[in-house]
Amino acid sequence: MSAFWTLLKRDLLLQVREGGAVGTALGFYLIVVTMMPLGLGPDLNLLSRIAPGVLWIALLLSALLSLPRIFEADDEDGSLDVIATGDLPLELATAAKALAHWISTGIPLALLAPVLGLLLNLDLGAYPVLVATMLVGTPAISFLGAAGAALTLRARRSGLLLALLVLPLYIPTLIFGIAAISAATGGPSGFQASFLILAAISLFSLVIGPLAAAAAIRFQTQ
Amino acid sequence: MSQIDTTPQQTLTQKLANPTRFMQLSGTLMPWFAGAAAALILYALYLAFFVAPEDYQQGQTVKIMFIHVPAAWLGMLGYALIAVSSFGYLVFRHPLADVSAKAAAPIGAAFTFLALATGSLWGKPMWGTYWVWDARLTSMLILLFLYFGLMALRSAIEDEALAGKLCAVLGLVGVSILPIIKFSVDWWNTLHQPASVIRMDGPTIHPDLLWPLLISALGFSLLFFALHMKGIRNEILRRRVKSLTMAEVDRARGVSASAAAE
Repeated sequence: MSAFWTLLKRDLLLQVREGGAVGTALGFYLIVVTMMPLGLGPDLNLLSRIAPGVLWIALLLSALLSLPRIFEADDEDGSLDVIATGDLPLELATAAKALAHWISTGIPLALLAPVLGLLLNLDLGAYPVLVATMLVGTPAISFLGAAGAALTLRARRSGLLLALLVLPLYIPTLIFGIAAISAATGGPSGFQASFLILAAISLFSLVIGPLAAAAAIRFQTQ
Repeated sequence: MSQIDTTPQQTLTQKLANPTRFMQLSGTLMPWFAGAAAALILYALYLAFFVAPEDYQQGQTVKIMFIHVPAAWLGMLGYALIAVSSFGYLVFRHPLADVSAKAAAPIGAAFTFLALATGSLWGKPMWGTYWVWDARLTSMLILLFLYFGLMALRSAIEDEALAGKLCAVLGLVGVSILPIIKFSVDWWNTLHQPASVIRMDGPTIHPDLLWPLLISALGFSLLFFALHMKGIRNEILRRRVKSLTMAEVDRARGVSASAAAE
């Protein structure tokens, strides 16, 4: 298990020391959310109604941009082959890398969301729920995304392809994230049900993402 | 004078793993499938236009159903076929499973698109709009995206064997998450169900409409299998031509290399 933590620590350190990776995703998040009022008009009532959806979709896109980085650098310098042939099962190695992506990208994006909510006139009461759903939902984005990143590792035009493969898989997370927020701000359905299903989707992705990613990497490093 | 049969017993799937045997079998079966499909579809269309009564609410537009419903079924069947083939390829290394998955993707996508297009044409007179964000429409659209993803991934990877394996992984990921997508979309719809939408499955279908529908569904299923078989045959032939070309290139290279050595 110590190899798992070492790999996780290494990936996080690389994220920090490389610099720019986390900042770029956050900057993209900011700019996409800023474009919305410019495109839709500055009607505060409209903005506050669509704010949760805008914040969630922009978060998905920002996380999507940083997905190829999970395996790309390691594939280029050959360390992915070393990881694939090492003692640590490849499923755990891909899980560690996806976890590093969640900590370095998912959590910062989720924590930035309330600040951007101010720009969209989001109801103050919705802030805790917004952050809670994003923190619970973003693991699904990182772990399913890791599978997509592994599948498109050596494909042509891999960035565009990755979006096409992964975005349909994010639909349940988006739907239940929004459902939980709208339930907490006076919607018809229960908050707990949506929130628990969101957690279940993340747990499910936690299993299937590393399995698929490991299978894909094994085929490509053979 | 009893001869002892020394060949080991093979199951049908194992026998079909031999491409030559598959080509023989499918070559004899395919014309029958195609012929039966054409006859059944023509008969179903005849029943639909001249025999089946008009719906008291929907009038003539109900006849779209005889194309729409089989197309929707086959769109989903296509993905199930891809999932089974992917499993067969990854677990049992069945050589034809990858070919089958590759051949099924465009056919399934075409039927899914047909279901969406006919549904949209049906929606205009019935619902007053070409598109509604109804659960069924949305989940069929996502199914179409999954097909697009599979085809795009296969075309983006040069090495065909690797592309087959990666597509099999993606096919299995897709099928495991498909129920979740379906479930989530259904659930989401009950939250935001627009009151104006008329449920398609409201009244139970009258036998006069049901029989043409079932005949049509059978005809389209046979058409699907005939197309799938043809797709597999084409792919096998394409791979043979490719390996022959590669062998030819290798031989030419060998000749030129030995000529250079002399």
